[in-house]
Amino acid sequence: MATNLPLIALMGNPNSGKTAIFNLLTGMNQKVSNYPGITVEQRRGNAQLTDNSTVEIMDMPGTYSLTPESLDEKIVAQQTLKWLNGIDRPAAIISVVDAGNLSRNLYLTSQVMELGIPVIIALNMMDRLKRKNQEIDSVKLQKMLGAHAVIPMSAQEKWGINELQAELTDVITKENIEVCSHIQMEIPKEIEKIINPISEFLHNKCDHDNYITNVQALRLITRKSAFDLYSECEDLSSSEIKSLILLRDKVAHEIDELGLNHRILEATLRFEMLDNTLKDLTLINQNEIKNQSRSERVDKMLTHKWLGPLIFLTLLYGIFQSIFIWATIPMQYIDSGVGYLGNYCVQLFSPGILRDLLVEGIISGVGAILIFLPQILILIFFMTILEDTGYMARVAFMMDKLMNKIGLQGKSVLPLMSGYACAIPGIMATRTIDSWKERMITIIVLPLISCSARLPVYTLMIGAFIPNKPILGFLNLQGLTMVFMYFLGTVTAMIIAAIISRFIEEKGKSSFVMEMPPYRMPLAVSLFRQVYIRGKLFVINAGKIIMAISIVLWFLASFPKPESDTVSFSIQDSYAGKIGHAIEPVIAPLGFDWKIGVGLITSFAAREVVVSTLATLYNVEDEGDDFVGITEALKNEVNPLTGLPRYTPLVALSIMVFYVYAAQCMATFAIVKNETNSWKWPLIMIAYMMGLAYIGSLLVYQGGQVLGFV
Amino acid sequence: MSIKQLHQLLPGESAQIISFHKDLTLQSRLVEMGILPGVEIRLLKKGPFNGPIEIKVRCYEVALRYKDAMQINVS
Ligand SMILES: Nc1nc2c(ncn2[C@@H]2O[C@H](COP(=O)(O)OP(=O)(O)OP(=O)(O)O)[C@@H](O)[C@H]2O)c(=O)[nH]1
Ligand SMILES: [Mg+2]
Repeated sequence: MATNLPLIALMGNPNSGKTAIFNLLTGMNQKVSNYPGITVEQRRGNAQLTDNSTVEIMDMPGTYSLTPESLDEKIVAQQTLKWLNGIDRPAAIISVVDAGNLSRNLYLTSQVMELGIPVIIALNMMDRLKRKNQEIDSVKLQKMLGAHAVIPMSAQEKWGINELQAELTDVITKENIEVCSHIQMEIPKEIEKIINPISEFLHNKCDHDNYITNVQALRLITRKSAFDLYSECEDLSSSEIKSLILLRDKVAHEIDELGLNHRILEATLRFEMLDNTLKDLTLINQNEIKNQSRSERVDKMLTHKWLGPLIFLTLLYGIFQSIFIWATIPMQYIDSGVGYLGNYCVQLFSPGILRDLLVEGIISGVGAILIFLPQILILIFFMTILEDTGYMARVAFMMDKLMNKIGLQGKSVLPLMSGYACAIPGIMATRTIDSWKERMITIIVLPLISCSARLPVYTLMIGAFIPNKPILGFLNLQGLTMVFMYFLGTVTAMIIAAIISRFIEEKGKSSFVMEMPPYRMPLAVSLFRQVYIRGKLFVINAGKIIMAISIVLWFLASFPKPESDTVSFSIQDSYAGKIGHAIEPVIAPLGFDWKIGVGLITSFAAREVVVSTLATLYNVEDEGDDFVGITEALKNEVNPLTGLPRYTPLVALSIMVFYVYAAQCMATFAIVKNETNSWKWPLIMIAYMMGLAYIGSLLVYQGGQVLGFV
Repeated sequence: MSIKQLHQLLPGESAQIISFHKDLTLQSRLVEMGILPGVEIRLLKKGPFNGPIEIKVRCYEVALRYKDAMQINVS
């Protein structure tokens, strides 16, 4: 989608509020959360500045510097190299800076200001400073830095945004803006001389001014990722790369001989300049590190040696149990609402194919899914709170050591935890993991984490077949079974990670450096916005995919109609029945009948579809005109051979275990293919997950029978 | 003041960073986050079982691995 609107890029450290500002400018609803590394891809949106000027805003992942450590940072670094070469250059950059953490944030700003693009500094989070009675002289700061403008603002309290818009209007209307950074580092003559061979090489590739070429040369020698980034972006030939490597090694060696350190040279020079410049700004409080912050006091308990993990486990348990218990009442309302609607339609319309399609296909199929909405909302609600308070970063801190033992790391925690809602954003979030191997393992085991699409399956089976008995007084058997399913998926994920980490070779080095954002009370507005967005997504999904499948399925289950009217219609003879019976021999050892078999097939579109599939099948089968509730239908189903109930608690357990493990969500594999650039990983995932599902269910069903359960 | 390694500090103790061990590949990233020789830091917390440590530097808090902290000289 190419537009001719002026482009404005948002850049800044992780968690500085870029996306919050993006949302304010564009009116969009991208995810904002108190965790460094939420945004992992570029997002664009239009912003209306004045009545007759619109710009395109680009939100980017957060980064600490223009040398990438992880994939999300690489996106930013690549983009800036393109800009340097004149490709897709923005009209201006908004450098978002956390005002409470100026000196670190301005490091990236100073790098960005060297690109020759006008930079507007958004001095964000000023509300926090105000609360601490601190001030920043923004006029002085603007002069010191030589930025186009410095705008104190608070994206959270929504002030300063008008001033930002005014400056943006100013930048895009003026022509030939002079860009002149006052915070260029001083490169000593002797260093300039040493790096000269590289600078010359770079100069021959691209004709930039001397200063920026020298900076590029300095950056190139710091580490491999900087070198690789450059050679990829400039498309160097292998002979060029070879000679550049020789130059790099020679220069690095000479610098170290001087008693300097080539790996930290750029940053050392830059911070020398920055710290010197900022000294005048009264705000930089040397004693800041001595002060005990509120977060530090909270952490005394939340990340305590043994209390911390205990609190975490209790929280998780509480969340999964409450999903089951708290949601029952709203679910009953929705359930009776859907039943009422179904029966109402039965009475309203005259019998016929259209009524059957509406009642048996659409209402029963979509309705069967909709009743799980409250559970999904509750889950999203809790997950958002964990993230938004800043707690998730602490979990990463506490878990790093343990995760490291099984080939993962602290930064795998957030992706895995997002997996409880849905694997897809979780897989995207792995972009922040800098080690290739740890990222791959995280991706491979992520679909084992029970996502919200499994919730309907668990809930249906538990509600119908697990007795609602109290245990130990305060626990409850149904809730406990639910927690067990989550536990099973999670523990298996850990075991698989430990196993495959032996077979995957490391391509880089594993590292863990993570900023701990300050704790915050989650904002009710953004909390409910998250919940609303996810809820809407779920309903739209139910509306689209599930409705489509329900209609097709209804057709397959209702036809072919018997040729003569004397023979009564049996669903066994329908297309769906034939398909189901064809696979029945394979799944019979797991305790599944042909109806579940049809559900397994439709589950490939999305797992929750199995519930709507069963609902549709039972409604088609039912000869009377009544609308059939699915829980009752399952309980009443009789095995014609034995005359006993078809579904027992053991079968229900077997079905649940199957759904814990089975690879069924096509969207997940598509995203894995995309993120890993090969079919190899998705195929491996499908194979191992299907194997686990079959063996797991087989063990449960056959083992259970041996032990005397029916 | 004597030189020791970051992981030897006690919780609550502050110190100045002196240098990095040359094998610490992480140092290129640490300096970009403002954690460089000459800067004051304070150790906030050590995780259990030699898990990550948490330090405060330049108005923010950051976690590093124990084995990386062993390669940072402070005084
Ligand atoms: N107090 C305060 N908090 C803010 C402000 N702006 C953003 N936040 C909060 O800071 C956190 C990070 O905001 P985001 O917009 O997600 O930050 P980001 O820069 O996009 O972060 P990444 O995408 O992770 O790089 C969220 O919890 C916001 O609610 C502000 O002006 N004041
Ligand atoms: Mg963001």
